[in-house]
Amino acid sequence: MVDLHFLANPARFRRFSQRVLPSLSFATVLAFCVGLYFALVQSPPDYQQGETVRIMFVHVPSAWLSMAGYGLLAVLGAALLVWRHPLAALMARAAAPVGACFALVCLLTGSLWGRPMWGTYWVWDARLTSMLLLFFLYLGHIALSRAYDDPDRGDRAAAILALIGAINLPIIKFSVDWWNTLHQPASVARLGGPSIHPAILLPLLWMAGSFLLLFILLVLVRTETEIDRRRLENTDQIADQNA
Amino acid sequence: MSDHAVFILSAYLAGLVILGGLTIASLSARTKVRRELAARGLERPREQRARASR
Amino acid sequence: MTGFIALVARDLRLVWRRPGDVAVVLAFFVVATVLFPLGIGPESNLLARIAAGVLWCAALFASLLSLDRLFAADYEDGTLDLLLLAPWPLELAALAKCLAHWIVTGLPLAVLAPFLGIAFGLDRPSLWALAATLFVGTPTLSLIGGLAAALTLGARRSGALLALLALPLCVPTLIFGAGAIETLAAGESFTTHLAILGALALVALATTPWAMAAALRQAGE
Repeated sequence: MVDLHFLANPARFRRFSQRVLPSLSFATVLAFCVGLYFALVQSPPDYQQGETVRIMFVHVPSAWLSMAGYGLLAVLGAALLVWRHPLAALMARAAAPVGACFALVCLLTGSLWGRPMWGTYWVWDARLTSMLLLFFLYLGHIALSRAYDDPDRGDRAAAILALIGAINLPIIKFSVDWWNTLHQPASVARLGGPSIHPAILLPLLWMAGSFLLLFILLVLVRTETEIDRRRLENTDQIADQNA
Repeated sequence: MSDHAVFILSAYLAGLVILGGLTIASLSARTKVRRELAARGLERPREQRARASR
Repeated sequence: MTGFIALVARDLRLVWRRPGDVAVVLAFFVVATVLFPLGIGPESNLLARIAAGVLWCAALFASLLSLDRLFAADYEDGTLDLLLLAPWPLELAALAKCLAHWIVTGLPLAVLAPFLGIAFGLDRPSLWALAATLFVGTPTLSLIGGLAAALTLGARRSGALLALLALPLCVPTLIFGAGAIETLAAGESFTTHLAILGALALVALATTPWAMAAALRQAGE
């Protein structure tokens, strides 16, 4: 019965993924080449922040994708709980570490952006702090899904967590924003930085697009691995039962 | 201006190391599981073990 | 409704037979709080400024302590299976357990904290604010903690995992709870914060019971 389940959608997914991956990989590399050229060479330094605005081209897209990634976890969680879609569980397991890595990149680049700006490697800025909490939510999802011997139990517990986390994220964001204004020292401006003007918009969008392609690529590759790994575990189980 | 370069380079390096590392790890994990599945799945372990234990 | 009250009463009776369990949690709260002046120094201005945050954090950690046993005892002795089969909605059963947890943990913390606040040099209005915010905020902690407990029921390393899951979700309550006292110290009213704490409790009340029930059903399978 379990075997049949896995022949249905996951097999179709693997065929789709194998067709798409080569061109997707090529597109990703190409996008990054163009994006990095724009970001590091072609775009002008900001009149206010100088060259360090270039860090924003890594920091902002990774922020966007880590947030989108958690949204994806919530959607997959709903798909698993409501429709019992087996692929949803495997894709969630695959996507969580990807989103967490993007969040980590966002935190590190934010820290490195803050150092020339404010002189310290960490500022308790509302957005960085919210991102830190998102990172913790990711860690919780990853840990919970792997905390059970029965992977289905872990997947479904993590699905519930993803939904509750997604509901909580706006609340957390709101409360951290409020916390930041309460404790803001007089002379500080938002780490969010300058308003975005067209010369910066193009590299930003290219890099964002490249990051998006990379995200999709990683999720597809990792989902394939999860499907194969689950098949491996099933053949082990069946072999054990027949032994 | 050039003293800021170390931060810019570190930021891009951090992105490269983490995301590149994740990509490499994901691809190698996929290859490893595929290889193991090929070694096992194609040999029909059920029948082989049943035959061996008889 | 009577089922709900019966469940709460049962949990309270169980705790009554072993009052040490509650006492340990409160003792931890006191010890953890005392660590901060020892670690930071006894300067009274500093202590008065950090008091709200320290007491709220310590209350948060203390509430988490007893949570991993919230459902585990019932899981082990088969009560959970009975609850799964009972005619009452599982959501209500989960709610009953959280209420019992709050009565034996959150409520005593809200009562005890002002006394510790005296040791930190908080003034009288701040002490009342501390009690009020803890009173309104700790139910949320019990609900979120209950959810984390249900999600980690039977998992490896459930204690640490429970904390990892619950703490980020408790951050809004912490921010507005501790922030209320700071706002009061700055001379403004903290009623908005209290209202927000109440709203957070209502959101928790609306969302966590179904999630707890779903998690408990998974545990029971």
